[in-house]
Amino acid sequence: MSVNAKTLNEDEFFYGHKACAGCGGSLAVRIALKVLGERSVAVLPAGCMSAVGFNFPQLCFGNNAIISTFAGTASMLTGVEAGLRAQGITDFHAVGFAGDGGTADIGLQALSGAIDRNDDILYICYDNEAYMNTGIQKSSLTPFGAKTTTTPAGKNIRGNLRPKKNMFEIVAAHGIPYAATASVGYLNDFMQKVEKAAKIKGTKYIHIIAPCPTGWGIATDETVEIAKEVVDCGLWYLAEFENGEYKLNYQPKEFTDIESYLKKQSRFRHLTDEDIETIKRSRDAKWDAIHNNFKIN
Amino acid sequence: MKPYLREKAPKTLSEILEAPAYESGYLVTKNAGWRNIRPVINADKCVGCLQCYLYCPDGVIYKDGGKVAIDYDFCKGCGICKKMCKTGAIEMEAEK
Ligand SMILES: Cc1ncc(C[n+]2csc(CCOP(=O)(O)OP(=O)(O)O)c2C)c(N)n1
Ligand code: SF4
Ligand code: SF4
Ligand code: SF4
Ligand SMILES: [Mg+2]
Repeated sequence: MSVNAKTLNEDEFFYGHKACAGCGGSLAVRIALKVLGERSVAVLPAGCMSAVGFNFPQLCFGNNAIISTFAGTASMLTGVEAGLRAQGITDFHAVGFAGDGGTADIGLQALSGAIDRNDDILYICYDNEAYMNTGIQKSSLTPFGAKTTTTPAGKNIRGNLRPKKNMFEIVAAHGIPYAATASVGYLNDFMQKVEKAAKIKGTKYIHIIAPCPTGWGIATDETVEIAKEVVDCGLWYLAEFENGEYKLNYQPKEFTDIESYLKKQSRFRHLTDEDIETIKRSRDAKWDAIHNNFKIN
Repeated sequence: MKPYLREKAPKTLSEILEAPAYESGYLVTKNAGWRNIRPVINADKCVGCLQCYLYCPDGVIYKDGGKVAIDYDFCKGCGICKKMCKTGAIEMEAEK
């Protein structure tokens, strides 16, 4: 039977941290560590989760955990795994938690190298869709139209002009043993994916959408709902890549209203009807591609 | 294991280890002061479904005799638990 709220390890390994109230990233880290257990060695690059977890002498990880350079999550994971293996230690998980900036921008090369070597590591990207720790700058995973401090919303340009980079498929294109997408709005799905990844040898990648109340402009109690809604309106999807095949895990019967998802968040409030149409069109094109290329359950 | 509050917070340089590593789960401050509303559980309405426990970003809800309880030292009052509770067992009350 797969792990659920009742069977989940009652220990807490990310506790007393200084993340903002309602932080989706901290929920992703907390749940992943509860699935992986005490024998995890966590690597966290510069970003919110390291900033809120290590404030000496307040050290909020109950397992071994270390901060890496911003670009070096995957390479430090490689080193952790090789170092423990060299000591004859086998019962551990080398797990990384990096933000969208740390993954899709500055850390992409190190991650690509680790996948190429097929190092036995689990890399989790908690995607809050901007560089939050330094004050909400655009990353390549910031979606089209989102207002950040480097993509402001004005009269002529209304937020980010570029679409969100397709990290999941970029990772999959390496021929990685296992990759998956997830959302903190669907934790059962996420827990099953972490559990599955932990049993697979080689490089594993999980990309989890983790709303940030501070950067998205939502109330602290809306994190989970909005993380559900982004999946339900079709702007994110739950999928896996395994044995060279894409698989869709969840097909919403009917998409919920995109505009209602967007307008709940202050980062999108400036969008015009035309912008929302653009977003709808790109969603529909994405789902056409999913239906053509993914195995649908 | 769960990180927990220690009686001693290092205050002077001589109390700080020279090694670049330190004990894990070493807490010296609470987060209770961040909160202006607090979740209160009505045990009569709680059916022990554990959804609040699962979705709390701070992990401060724990199992307690078939129901749940909250570690107020570290709850930040985000209100997610109340939203997750289908039976309406959690109310947010103003901190006084
Ligand atoms: C080489 C380097 N460049 C810049 C920084 C500054 N920096 C620290 S955290 C951060 C933002 C991280 O963004 P992301 O990876 O998305 O994680 P988040 O803060 O959103 O959780 C930046 C730019 C750094 N620490 N190191
Ligand atoms: S800024 Fe956002 S990601 Fe960072 S700790 Fe706060 S809520 Fe979490
Ligand atoms: S208010 Fe937030 S931090 Fe406090 S118990 Fe509920 S979910 Fe957890
Ligand atoms: S969500 Fe509500 S019913 Fe379920 S355990 Fe929590 S308080 Fe009890
Ligand atoms: Mg980020």
